[in-house]
Amino acid sequence: MGSNKSTIPPIPNAQELMQETGFSASHIQSLYERFEQLDQDGRGALRVEDFEVLSGLAVNPIKDRIIGAFFSPGKDSVDFPSFVRVMAHFQWSGSNRNKTSSQDAYNSPNSKLRFLFQLYDQDRDEKISRGEMLQVLQEMLGMEDEQLQSIVEKAIQEADLDQDGAISFDEFKKCLEKVNIDEKMKIGFLC
Amino acid sequence: MAPLLLSLLVHTCLMVGCSTRTPPVDPSEPQPMHSSLGQNGSSEGVPLVDVPMALGVFSVDYHHVQAPFEIVLWIMLASLAKLGFHWSGRVPAVVPESCLLIMVGLLVGGVIYGVRHSAPPTLSADAFFLFLLPPIVLDAGYFLPGRLFFENLGTILWYALLGTLWNVLGIGLSLYGVCLLCPSSLGDISLLHCLLFGSLIAAVDPVAVLSVFQEMHVNEQLHILVFGESLLNDAVTVVLYQLFESFLRLPSVSGLDVLLGGCRVLVVGFGGLFVGLFFGLVAALTSRFTPRVPVIAPLFVFLYSYLSYLTSEMLHLSGITAIVTCAVTMKQYVEANVSERSNSSIQYFLKMWSSVSETLIFIFLGVSTIQDVHMWSWAFVCSTLLLCLIWRGTGVLLLTAVVNKVRRNKVTFRDQFIIAYGGLRGAICFSLVFLIDDFPKKRLFITTTIIVILFTVFVQGMTIKPLVDLLDVKRKKRALPTVSEEIHSRLIDHLLAGIEDVVGYWGQHYWKDKFEQFNTKFLRRFLIREEQQNRSSILRVYQELERREQGAHRETTIQARTVPQTASRPLLPEEMDSIRRILSRNLHHFNSRMPAYSRHTLHQDRSLQRHRSLGERDTQVEDAEFNELHILRSGLRRSHTVCAISPSCASLDSPLPDLQTAPKHGPKKHLSFDIENEKNN
Repeated sequence: MGSNKSTIPPIPNAQELMQETGFSASHIQSLYERFEQLDQDGRGALRVEDFEVLSGLAVNPIKDRIIGAFFSPGKDSVDFPSFVRVMAHFQWSGSNRNKTSSQDAYNSPNSKLRFLFQLYDQDRDEKISRGEMLQVLQEMLGMEDEQLQSIVEKAIQEADLDQDGAISFDEFKKCLEKVNIDEKMKIGFLC
Repeated sequence: MAPLLLSLLVHTCLMVGCSTRTPPVDPSEPQPMHSSLGQNGSSEGVPLVDVPMALGVFSVDYHHVQAPFEIVLWIMLASLAKLGFHWSGRVPAVVPESCLLIMVGLLVGGVIYGVRHSAPPTLSADAFFLFLLPPIVLDAGYFLPGRLFFENLGTILWYALLGTLWNVLGIGLSLYGVCLLCPSSLGDISLLHCLLFGSLIAAVDPVAVLSVFQEMHVNEQLHILVFGESLLNDAVTVVLYQLFESFLRLPSVSGLDVLLGGCRVLVVGFGGLFVGLFFGLVAALTSRFTPRVPVIAPLFVFLYSYLSYLTSEMLHLSGITAIVTCAVTMKQYVEANVSERSNSSIQYFLKMWSSVSETLIFIFLGVSTIQDVHMWSWAFVCSTLLLCLIWRGTGVLLLTAVVNKVRRNKVTFRDQFIIAYGGLRGAICFSLVFLIDDFPKKRLFITTTIIVILFTVFVQGMTIKPLVDLLDVKRKKRALPTVSEEIHSRLIDHLLAGIEDVVGYWGQHYWKDKFEQFNTKFLRRFLIREEQQNRSSILRVYQELERREQGAHRETTIQARTVPQTASRPLLPEEMDSIRRILSRNLHHFNSRMPAYSRHTLHQDRSLQRHRSLGERDTQVEDAEFNELHILRSGLRRSHTVCAISPSCASLDSPLPDLQTAPKHGPKKHLSFDIENEKNN
């Protein structure tokens, strides 16, 4: 691994990141160390190949979507602030020290749902269509199955309140209102 | 219900009849050394004295079969009682099963006492520790939700070791204080006796905890905390108990002895751990060579676990720790090595034995309460009860205050209350108290122990559920999720696994990672059969389905007959189950965040556990499988099913409808798969 630094240089924009995302200094530090670890050629930005070397991620069915979630549309590398911002989604709201309004914070339920929505909605048209959902299911289960069609149908029927054959973000939110998104979408050591 | 009652009555009469043939147990003996369930050694053998004049056509030779006959009768009574309680749906919801079983035991004991005018057979400590306890602990260990357990291991150990120590010392010392206050009646109880008593009464009992918490569906973290604590505090209890007992025999106690006692805790705990590890690994290795004789593969699981238990008992180490470690160690390798059928057999037998054991323990607790000689002392009994509650409460509060500083998921106040209040005592205390060397006030100890156990099981067991509702502890979700929720939950699981991979485990998960590497590189290669190592889970599921289909044609469960064979209108619950099954197929190697443990049902599918309540039986799982097979097989034919689309989502949120009434489709809106009839808007 490239960067084994014994003394950590100051992290660029650390203060602003802390303010923005609600991470503590030690968290930012740890994330930076991890970022450095992943960034094998020391460019200060991660590329797709850097993610692909992770063995655990390689067997993940939705690996491409997860990796894609880090990259802003149009860019092909992830810098540290973007990395941190994505991670901020997985904090637990209960420990939010950020004083910004609850809607905007990265770890608010709304933002988490937004993140999830974008995992489905790859073409960014603000709707999850049948095809997109079917694709997700196929990726997750790794195989074709007639049942999948039916499952997708039923899922869309349940959620699609305005009957337009696709799920918008509001319908998506409504669908998951019973799920404690905050609890489910959190990573223990980021709290 | 009536035939059950009838058979229960018949059995009780049979047992009373059998016990009248045997000489009555002498209750004042200090240690009931004979096996409790039958008087084989001491009964008078009836010799065939009469030389028959003619050939006897019919004769009854009871003594020949006495011991096994009585054992079987007891087990039968236990099982019928269990059946009876679950027959009526409402009773187990209010009164925990353990209470009902104790009441049955009290009844039977009373009947036997009334007929024989002497005490009924008691639960001997040997029978309990050697035969009744291991299956329960093995079952608990085998189905332990591994990830959750290890994530919370620090907290669990904290509660188990320090908490138990706190309780023991607290209760022992305060009881001694109480004895000093009443010198007239309690004066001859020394400090060491009080400490000894404290050590056996302070320990939370896994059997009782399991049986009550099972029906409560609290969140998994709370469940694993209390349950893990009850398992691990065995090490401390064993050591302290033996320590105080040997102190009682020594002429004097020095500081060195106390220090040695402390060392002994470590030896006992780690000794049990290593014994368990050793046997677990050997069992895993053995299972690698079983493919030629698959039918005895399950046997090895039981044999090695029991051997680990017996070995550690022989060495005076913590048997419970050993057997739990053994089960946890061998589970993943054995599951990979043996066939699906063997896996099912193992799980089924574990559940069966632990169920029977638990039932027997509670019934015998009830029976043994009916004793000839009880020594009663208001001061002692009441103060013990109070002190148990007080010390446990304060202990939990203090310990949690400290541990919350280092934990991510803080243990809330409500959780603390449940932990404190859910510290039930059970049969372990009961057996330990019988093992004390005899001294004048031993009877008092026995009576007090019985009262404490009955109090905790009945009062605390029955009121904990309303209190939980009152305090609104974070419960597991009971409502059936919709299909979308299922899909999204799966996605989140995958997502989180991926993000965790990206973030990496720094700090606390370092050892876990190291272990996983070690595991994959060495252990798995060594302990798992060659061709099993890389099988994808999907292939396994397909093969499993194939096998089950072959089996399903032979099996005819009653439920399967009532499920409508025409697959054109499948029922909603089975559909949901099959959907869930399909969706979770690929999650076998992603550690599911749902608990795997359930006392009464097999965990066929981890996500299904959330939706199984006590009343539902395994047959429903088999239903779902059967139906799913049906659905999969007839998938090609069913691609043009007609659908009755219900416009509202609300119908999907309805709770699991009763299977028996399901065939009546009339007024209910039901949904089935639809491809053809899309909404053309």
